[in-house]
Amino acid sequence: MPETKEEELTNVICTFCGSVCDDVLFDVEKYKGKKFCKLGSAKFSKKERIKAPMIDGKEVSYEEAIEKAVEILLNAKRPLLYGWASTVNEAIRLGVILTEKVGGVYDQCASVCHAPGTLALIEEGVPGGSLGEVKNRADVVIFWGSNPMEAHPRHPVRYSVRAKGLLIKDRKDRKVVVVDVRKTKSANMADLFIQIKPGYDYPIISALRALVKGEEDAVPDEVGGVSKQQLKELAELMKNAKYGALLYGLGVTQSRGRDRNVENAIKLIQLLNRHTRWIIWPMRGHYNVVGAGDVPAWEVGYTYAIDFSRGYPRFSPGEFAANEVLQRGDCDAALIIASDPVAHFPKASVAHLKKIPVIQIDPFPNMTTLISKVVIPSAMAGLEAEGTAYRMDGIPFRVKKIIDTEYWSDEKILELMLEKVNEKLGLR
Amino acid sequence: MHHMLHIKNGIVVDPKNGINAEKMDIFVKEGKIVEESEVDVKEAKVIDASNKLVVAGGFDMHAHIAGSKINTGREMRPEEMRTVRLIAGKFRASIGRVLLTSPAIGYEYAKMGYTTAFEAAQPPVGALHTHEELDAIPMIDKAALPVFGNWHFVLKYVAEKEWEKLRAFLAWALERTKGFGVKVVNPGGVEAWMYGGNCKSLDDEVPGFNVTPREIITGLIQETENLGLCHSVHLHCNNLGTPGNYQTTIETMKLASKFSNDKRQVLHVTHVQFNAYAGSSWRDVASGAAEIAKYVNSVDNITIDMGQPIFGHATAMTGDAPFQFTLHKLTGSRWSNKDSEIEGGAGIVPIAYLPKNPVHALQWAIGLELGLLIDSDRVVLSTDYPNGGPFTEYPYVMAMLMSKKMREKELERVSPYVQKATGLAAIDNEKTLYEIIQMTRSLPARVMGMDNKGHLGIGADADIAIYNLDPLSIDTANDFEAVYKAFKTSAYTIKGGEIIAKDGELVKEIWGRTFWVDATSNASIEAIDSDLNEMFEKYYSLQRQNYGVEEAWLRKPERLVMG
Repeated sequence: MPETKEEELTNVICTFCGSVCDDVLFDVEKYKGKKFCKLGSAKFSKKERIKAPMIDGKEVSYEEAIEKAVEILLNAKRPLLYGWASTVNEAIRLGVILTEKVGGVYDQCASVCHAPGTLALIEEGVPGGSLGEVKNRADVVIFWGSNPMEAHPRHPVRYSVRAKGLLIKDRKDRKVVVVDVRKTKSANMADLFIQIKPGYDYPIISALRALVKGEEDAVPDEVGGVSKQQLKELAELMKNAKYGALLYGLGVTQSRGRDRNVENAIKLIQLLNRHTRWIIWPMRGHYNVVGAGDVPAWEVGYTYAIDFSRGYPRFSPGEFAANEVLQRGDCDAALIIASDPVAHFPKASVAHLKKIPVIQIDPFPNMTTLISKVVIPSAMAGLEAEGTAYRMDGIPFRVKKIIDTEYWSDEKILELMLEKVNEKLGLR
Repeated sequence: MHHMLHIKNGIVVDPKNGINAEKMDIFVKEGKIVEESEVDVKEAKVIDASNKLVVAGGFDMHAHIAGSKINTGREMRPEEMRTVRLIAGKFRASIGRVLLTSPAIGYEYAKMGYTTAFEAAQPPVGALHTHEELDAIPMIDKAALPVFGNWHFVLKYVAEKEWEKLRAFLAWALERTKGFGVKVVNPGGVEAWMYGGNCKSLDDEVPGFNVTPREIITGLIQETENLGLCHSVHLHCNNLGTPGNYQTTIETMKLASKFSNDKRQVLHVTHVQFNAYAGSSWRDVASGAAEIAKYVNSVDNITIDMGQPIFGHATAMTGDAPFQFTLHKLTGSRWSNKDSEIEGGAGIVPIAYLPKNPVHALQWAIGLELGLLIDSDRVVLSTDYPNGGPFTEYPYVMAMLMSKKMREKELERVSPYVQKATGLAAIDNEKTLYEIIQMTRSLPARVMGMDNKGHLGIGADADIAIYNLDPLSIDTANDFEAVYKAFKTSAYTIKGGEIIAKDGELVKEIWGRTFWVDATSNASIEAIDSDLNEMFEKYYSLQRQNYGVEEAWLRKPERLVMG
């Protein structure tokens, strides 16, 4: 078959990773994407779907499944409503309100991912910028514990490495540094790769702070596997940048020190801004994990690990994060949306999930489907359903619906659920 | 359900229509104020407003209530969220100390008798986020002002003196962001911040662009007027938060002198308190309010709002990114920053105003001086929420402006520095109730060009507040506690003809409209089409086709077409 011309394809916005590439195209007839990376392309291709809503493995109508889900949520003392990072804001908003109404716990994927960055934000704030500013101005970019070549494949070309803009006219105008515990694929595209010992992010950042501050004597000959000489060179590179960007990943948030690593890095950026301009930003994973935190922030004041059992929201990550709640056996039902905790959570958490009634909402079957009492398939946002998603830097996009489907959108499913809950609680 | 209201025997204060404490009845039908003859009096729900003050719903024309700034503030400050205002039930759970959740914002305005609030700084590329949050605020009407003063298109067109293109760009941007008017924040200074600098005077050159703040402001006023927008340029001046900056402020105001408009001001200078400092350092800082007041009173094309600090917690959040960094260095407090594509930036820093702190007391005094010394048809009451503090303390500001006795009492508990650095103690002026209603209703509506808001004339929106205060008997100079209490919670708040709050309790959750301004027919968008394509291609990290907000995505949009 001959290639379809680009202008005959439809522009879509990718709903896989936090890069939310909005320049990708889709051929509706051939059901095939163009310009996507491997990860996006896999999502935007024909995949196995959950055929129909099910209760205990038996096919039912959407209305019946929702009725059952509502019954489960209302009969529970404290249901957990978890996931949210791969759906749109409109659905998240309804989910937050639903959690409030049923007195449950709202938590989202960040709690096992970038939440330490949120804790650091609470300690220090975050001096950041949009990806367009990185593209336009950043003459030094450091990927620290992040591996864009494998996790955000088009990030380097669109925003951070080969991207050209206002002040950066050529790849040579930009120094790219990768700091990691192993030589990742991303290290290959860097001008400088610094390999550090696992768990030594914190002391290395402290050493850099000392060096930027001019307190060289405080730094020993070697920190975390990096020589003082190399650290000095890195500190100089950072100080001499016109506009630097430190883009960190899970290597920083999920290794020893966690939120303290990020906090320390933010303090380094605060210091550097006394000399020149620097920003720091997390390389967020799922396409709308930012929305999964932002929406509850405006609706109920917090971003994750929120309990409503007292009728008002309370935030306590050590108490109300999904894994804490599950491992304590502190929820008696769960609604899992756009996520697969059975595949990704620790055994002890999954063990509790298996004991309680689980409602799943997802376009695709996964491990969690197997343990769910009620399964509600949904339309895939970005292809079969529209809605708002926030790129990793918070820039909002309206992802598109270009294909008609029999599947209900997450928004429609949750809207009916909330309506039924309000009805049963006598709130209408 | 009652579609008609008969508000009986209230004492009406309605400055736009020249009504000062007259006993009269107000009739409401289908969300509008109507003649008595329009209403079937037997069918109408009667509200007994005997001995009560009846005024238009309050209009907050400058508050940061929606979008990435306040939301980052919430995320950064969970300690702000421990104040529980309402448990979930018939209404949403409502929480927040000064920073409030979206439902809490709507509820608190409604309880206070306010029915309209405008978000004062919308980052254009984040417009969709701002609108999502506006859509999550119940009870009130709203709108958002996109920020223009550092947007590369503006810098480029002003530098090239491409006025027709600048005009087209303003119209294009307002349509794309579903914005209401032209907000300008530290023009040129935020672009300079991308290089670690700032533009502190009107003649500092903006790096990379052969242009100065003076030229940006003048150009934007000129094209806002040529475009015939209902609201003027809305300016956060250069050099904010610096001793001696009152001179920059007056110099900036003078840029408006060659422009005029029959209906409204041609320049609104916002939260002037932060731009009204005399002196040369924080050691000898003093009030420049008197000089600013003198200038504003002498011209008829400028309005301001106060930016009154309230003692207690606040969160500084502005598009003035370099100022926010300065504040962070000054206080050592947390600091968030957001550089935003080629449009500008923003910063967020927590702050607490302490009465015994000389600088904070000075700021508090300057805000009041501005409110007292400037004519009531030129100064709007604001706290620049949440920069100066909560909007829920507007009643404190109202009471203070009306009572010298209350001010004397308050002066006793603040740093004595204000006695030598400001003229507050010597000001005898006491605003009348009529003037206070002007500063919170009719004037902000006029400043924003909203003909149907801020008054109770026939045809106006039926946004009405009734307070337990009898204008015919209250002694506002002496009974300041009663005044404060009365304005804190309305006896009734009526929005679009429906009772939404009564005696400080919510009655009904409703969803107000979001106004946006369409001026595209007054400019030739084609003139900038190729520039837009080029700039998006080169400098944005998103596609032009995916930029902006469609009306269909909003809950209750109302397009105002500029003739």
